[in-house]
This record gives sequence, structure tokens and C-alpha cells, in this order.
Amino acid sequence: MIDDAIEFLEPYTYLIIGSVKALVIAGALLGIVPLLVWLERRLMGRFQVRLGPNRVGPFGLGQPISDSIKLLFKESIIQGSADKFLFHLAPAIVVFTAIVTFAVIPFGDPITVMDQEIGLWAANVDIGLLFVFAISGMGIYGMVLAGFSSNNKYSLMGGLRSSAQMISYELTLGLAALSVIVLTGSLSLIDMVNSQDSYPNILIQPLAFLLFFIAGVAETNRAPFDLPEAEQELVAGFHTEYTGMKFAMFFMGEYINMVTMSALVTLLFLGGWNSYGIPVWPIIAFAGKVGFLLCVFIWLRSTYPRIRYDRLMTFGWKVLVPLSLLNLLVTSVFVVL
Amino acid sequence: MELLIFYPLAGLCVAFALGVVINNSPVGSAMSLIAMMLGLAGIFVLQQAHFIAVLQIIIYAGAIMVLFMFVIMLLNLKGSGEDASWRSRDKNLLMTVLSGFLVAGLLYKILCVLNSGEFDSPASLPENFGTAREVGTILFTEFVLPFEVASILLLVAMIGAVVLAKNKVD
Amino acid sequence: MLESYLGAGIMMLMAIGIAGGMVVMTSMLGPKREFADKMEPFECGESPIVSPHQRFSVKFYLVAVLFVLFDIEAVFFFPWAILFKQLGMFGFIEMLLFILILGVGLLYVWKRGGLDWE
Repeated sequence: MIDDAIEFLEPYTYLIIGSVKALVIAGALLGIVPLLVWLERRLMGRFQVRLGPNRVGPFGLGQPISDSIKLLFKESIIQGSADKFLFHLAPAIVVFTAIVTFAVIPFGDPITVMDQEIGLWAANVDIGLLFVFAISGMGIYGMVLAGFSSNNKYSLMGGLRSSAQMISYELTLGLAALSVIVLTGSLSLIDMVNSQDSYPNILIQPLAFLLFFIAGVAETNRAPFDLPEAEQELVAGFHTEYTGMKFAMFFMGEYINMVTMSALVTLLFLGGWNSYGIPVWPIIAFAGKVGFLLCVFIWLRSTYPRIRYDRLMTFGWKVLVPLSLLNLLVTSVFVVL
Repeated sequence: MELLIFYPLAGLCVAFALGVVINNSPVGSAMSLIAMMLGLAGIFVLQQAHFIAVLQIIIYAGAIMVLFMFVIMLLNLKGSGEDASWRSRDKNLLMTVLSGFLVAGLLYKILCVLNSGEFDSPASLPENFGTAREVGTILFTEFVLPFEVASILLLVAMIGAVVLAKNKVD
Repeated sequence: MLESYLGAGIMMLMAIGIAGGMVVMTSMLGPKREFADKMEPFECGESPIVSPHQRFSVKFYLVAVLFVLFDIEAVFFFPWAILFKQLGMFGFIEMLLFILILGVGLLYVWKRGGLDWE
């Protein structure tokens, strides 16, 4: 009976494994978001010499859960003159791109279960890094559409601003990653980790790391680059008109992007799951590095004030882009010699 | 298996392509165009052209369509007001004739290609076909000159954009 | 080769399900109480009198055009970076020329004030 079932399922093994992996990864991402919100609120509380949420559950861990239940049952107001379809589509695009981007992020060497080699990633594509850039670039439309469909001047302005910001910093992201590709000779994220088994890339490419991380913070719209939600000028930017869960979906996208960006920095510059002699499981090493970077994200938010919009744009175009081109040039000179 | 993926993708592409034409709001048209390009990228993947697929998303769906959206928002195109200078019947007639020519030409070309037998049997592809490495090898050895000329083209476009945009500001 | 993309495809279907499910759920679960004032676009304590659809600064357009151009440039870099170790000196000079030509462009845009936001 069971043998029959196994035999019947044999040709679909890949499909089944793929589905299970996708389910686990998507579930983990959705689970990490409330945890991250909790971590951010607790840490921010400590940074600002207060306690942070500590009433619901142990250490306030129940807070994000109760928050999300509350958000789900809030009224979703659609402003009368808004374009209804696009208004619904915008937050869906943000969450969709955030989740799909994570599909190509590997987090460990393949493991063997029941004679099946299972890679710890949803998809292993040879153009992994470009896939990340391509899909995360689609997230811009979520903001543009949210701004456009709301039919509100603050939203429109916020949408335009954040998309202009994102496309400017996307360039630096790509150009800074190029020096790592030159060193590795591959676009596959797994190859990149394997090429760092003796020392992490950050030691030989500190400038590229810095540029990539700055661009990454801007790309995820986190402080000090959180211009889309510059409350003082734009109310709440492109999500001014959003309420309830749809409002939360934008933040969900932001937090998932934060995790993806931390994972990407870890893979490119910090050696991925290589632990360099410290006896921990590879996946723990990877999670530890990602967790540390996430804390840096929160740390940045509570340290730096928001940067002015014109400064932000000129900083991106006049400092980051030329510097990353220069870094690429210097790297290639060293490689060719 | 491949056909099982191809037909839904192709169907989606055609549907969204129709959506571009039919949609009333320019933003809706642009979104359909983006969705169509994503479907096209999927078809490229089926054709083993992985690198081209990702370029399709990055350049067309990612960069050029952002420009389109910006232009739509900048010009404040909302809904389709009837063009006053043209009577719509004349316009429609002209459009029909022109697009008829286009469709006829396209069909003729497709028939030619089908009859030539070039695509009859799927040739067995080399293992690394379509990867960034293969595309790069050809681009940077055989086609060096077009590659360098492309940089001049980009330079011209850059200068043109600045001249146009800055003149309007002054 | 194609199998590796299957995983990404499954992930996409899953993401569509999650994102769509959330939007549908929040539209169904929440209360619905509509009245005229609530349906107005948000404005600070007054009724919105100016249409949000005004013309915007051409600066955004310029940024988008420059982004398209530099993105195409960056895309040329990617296969080059993979092959760089094989191409050696030849590849280096090739790309040096490419970067220099585009560097001239960047310099021109810079000098004309195309990168200034004001």
C-alpha cells in the first residue's frame, strides 16, 4: 500500500520537495516578521531608555501577535475617489516580491534526507544574484501604484519620491556587488559562499561592503533613508490612505526585505554559512550573521536622523555611484595584475 | 511538461497584451505591459535563455517601465479624453488599416519561418546554453565592436536626456 | 536546469496565494461603515481643494532616464565580471574603454547639474 503510494509519487518527488520547501520558507518568513517587529520595538525601547512592549505574554512576545490579529479585524477603508483595483493590487505586489526574492537565498550546504539530496534553498538558479535584483526591483511598482491609486497628493508625492530613491540606490547595489562577482567569477550565491571558505570578502572588499550595505538600507526604505514615511512633510507617504492589514502588508514587505538584504550581505561579504573555525552548525552561523545585521538595521534607525531628500539623491548619485565604479575599477586592476 | 508550463504562460502573455490595448487608464495599460513582460521572461526561461530572461525583467519590466510610469504620472494622463483634433471615426479607420498591415506582415513572416523548417526539430543544446557565461563569452569576444558602440549610444542618450530636461527647467 | 526554476515558480504561486489571501481576508473580515467624510482623501484638518494630479518636476523624469541608462550599463558589467578572470588583459582594456566613455557621460551630466536635486 505504502510502496504503491511511494511508487506513484516517485516522478513527482521534485515537485513535492519543492512545494514543501516553499511552504517552510514562506511560513518562516511570515513568522519572522512579527518577531522582528517585537525585536525592533524592544531594542528601540532600550536605546531610548524605556522598556518597550512588555505586557502581553513573556517579555511582551505576545504583542506582535495581538497586533496582527487586531489589524486583520480593522476596517479596510478605501477612499472614495481611489482606483479600487490598483489600490488592492499595490500591497499585494509589495508582499509578493518580498517573498519571491527570498526563493533564491541559500542558507546552508545541501543535506541528505532519505537518499534525497535536499538543498537548503527554494530554488538554486545560476543567476541567483540577478534574480534577487530583478524581483526586488519589481517592488517599486507597489509603491508607485499605492501612491497613484490613492488619489491623494501626499501619497502621490511619497510614491514618486520613494521610487526615485529606490531606483537611484539600486544602481549602487548592483555596482557594489560587481566587485564580488569579479572575485568569484559566478552569479550563483552558493558559489559565492564557497569561494569565501578561507576568509570572508569583507576583509578584501571593505568599501564594497559599506556601499552595498548603505544602498541596502536605502533600498529597504529604512531609517535614515525612510523618506517615504517622512511624517513631517508627507503624513505617511504612499501608504497614507491605507488602513488595517493592507497598511501592515507594506511593513511586512519592508521587514521581509530587511531579512533578505541582511541575508544577501551575509552571503556576499560575510562568508555565508562558513563559521571559520567556530564550532557551530552552518545554519546557525548563517542565522547569527543575519541576526546581527538585523540588529544593525535597528541600531541605525535609533542613531541617525532622517536625511533630507535632496541630500539623499545627490548622495546616491554623486558619492555612491562614482565610488562603486571606482571600486570596481580598482578591484579589476588588482585581479588582472 | 514544458508545454504544460508554456501554454498558461503564453495565454497569460496574450491576455495581458490585450489588456494593454483595451485598458482605459494609462496606468492600467502600463501594469498589463509589465505583467506581459514577466510572462515573456518565463517563456525565455523555458527556452533555456536564463540570462536573457532576467535581463528582460531588469531592463524592460524594471527600468524602462519605471520610466513609463513616471512619464504617465508626470504628464498627469488620467483616463482617455477623446482627441479633439481628430474625428474618432477617421482615426479608428486609419488605425485599423495600419494595424491590419502589421498583422498581415507578421503572419506572413511567421508562416515563412514555419515553412523554412528551421525550427522543426529541437536541436540538442549545449549544457551551458543561455547562461550569463555563454552570453558573455560571445559578447566580449566576437561582438566587441558593437559592445563598444553601445557605450557611445548610451553616452548620446545620456547627453540628450540632460539637454532636454535641463532646458525645460531653465 | 529547468528544475531549478521550478522551485522559484512554486514560490511565486505560494506568494500570490499569501498576498492575495491577505488582501481578500482583510476586505472580508473588517467592519464596513462608510460615510461621506470618511471616504474623502486625507488632508490635515480641511477638505482637499487641490487635485493631487498636478504636473510634477521634470527632475523625476531625469532620474528615471539616467537610471535606465546606468542600469543597461550595469547589465553589461555582469557577464563581464563573471568572465573577467578568463578574459584577462583584453577584457580589462575592453571594459576600461566602456567605463571611460560612460564616465565622460556621467561627468557631463554632473557638470550640467543633472545630478543636482535643486
